[in-house]
Amino acid sequence: MRLDYPSNIKIIRVPCTGKVDVMHLLRAIQKGADGVYAVGCLEGACHYNEGNLRARERVNHVRRLLEEIGIEGDRVRMYNLSSGEGPTFAAYAREMAENIKMLGPNPLKKH
Amino acid sequence: MIVAKRKPFDEIKDFLKDYKKVLTAGCGTCVAVCLAGGEKEVSVLNAELDMARRLDNKPIELGAITIERQCDREYLEALDSMVEGYDAVLSLACGAGIQFLAERYPEKPVFPGVDTTFIGVNQDVGWYEERCRSCSSCVLGMTAGICPVTMCAKGLYNGPCGGTNKGSCEISKDQPCAWYMIYERLSKQNRLDNILKITPVQDWQNQKPRTVIQPGYKTSENSAEK
Repeated sequence: MRLDYPSNIKIIRVPCTGKVDVMHLLRAIQKGADGVYAVGCLEGACHYNEGNLRARERVNHVRRLLEEIGIEGDRVRMYNLSSGEGPTFAAYAREMAENIKMLGPNPLKKH
Repeated sequence: MIVAKRKPFDEIKDFLKDYKKVLTAGCGTCVAVCLAGGEKEVSVLNAELDMARRLDNKPIELGAITIERQCDREYLEALDSMVEGYDAVLSLACGAGIQFLAERYPEKPVFPGVDTTFIGVNQDVGWYEERCRSCSSCVLGMTAGICPVTMCAKGLYNGPCGGTNKGSCEISKDQPCAWYMIYERLSKQNRLDNILKITPVQDWQNQKPRTVIQPGYKTSENSAEK
């Protein structure tokens, strides 16, 4: 398909979004990433039944934790798509990049 | 297992506002199983504290260690060489563990990172329910294995009271009546005569910290303390 998506996004592959832990998301922000998002399978279509639902819960938890310490929770998001949806993957990447551009750099970078 | 909840972040941050080097000590037993104070929760809390203090321009140096049990001298000993190097200790153990740690290092400020909540069971991952109030006079043998002290809103040793309402408690339709459940289960077991037995009221007044010395473990030292 040769689709374009923003080059400032680094992909970290995991076997299932259920593998994504609170600490992975938090550490990304702590180390200076401007944002981090998990892309999982469509809800109801998880190969492991509820991996993506667990990921969503963890993403929401991290959003709350960040808000508590004074960092915008929206720097962390969860998206869902099926593995055949390349154009949607690129669209979500652009959407996330736009969202982060609006929020500006990670506030921790100034400190 | 003892179940605890993480304290609100602002409360913890406020405890530590005057300290620059803090050791966060997790406990690897009950609070680790209930996902409140084990190794992982120590990492998450330290990450939060690190970020929050950097944003406040008051960076903090954080250490992390999780020992098997903080309510046991044998394991607490592992902290001896570490604690000295820190201004304060933040413990994610239950109330007993925190106190035992604080007692071991009386010169060091020790703060709780969790609210110890109850003795309970694991219903599912991350879902816990209270089952025991450690009242020291267990009546489960007469109550078909349902604790009226914990499950009855009034903690009645003898019930049901006049507030029982078609299986629910008078405080809420969603709250099952413990004594109704006891009646039902005793009835199924053909042991209904048990419900007529009167349990003397518990003397809840003037309670002092309790001590247990298990049979076969009595020494001149511990029996003198009793």
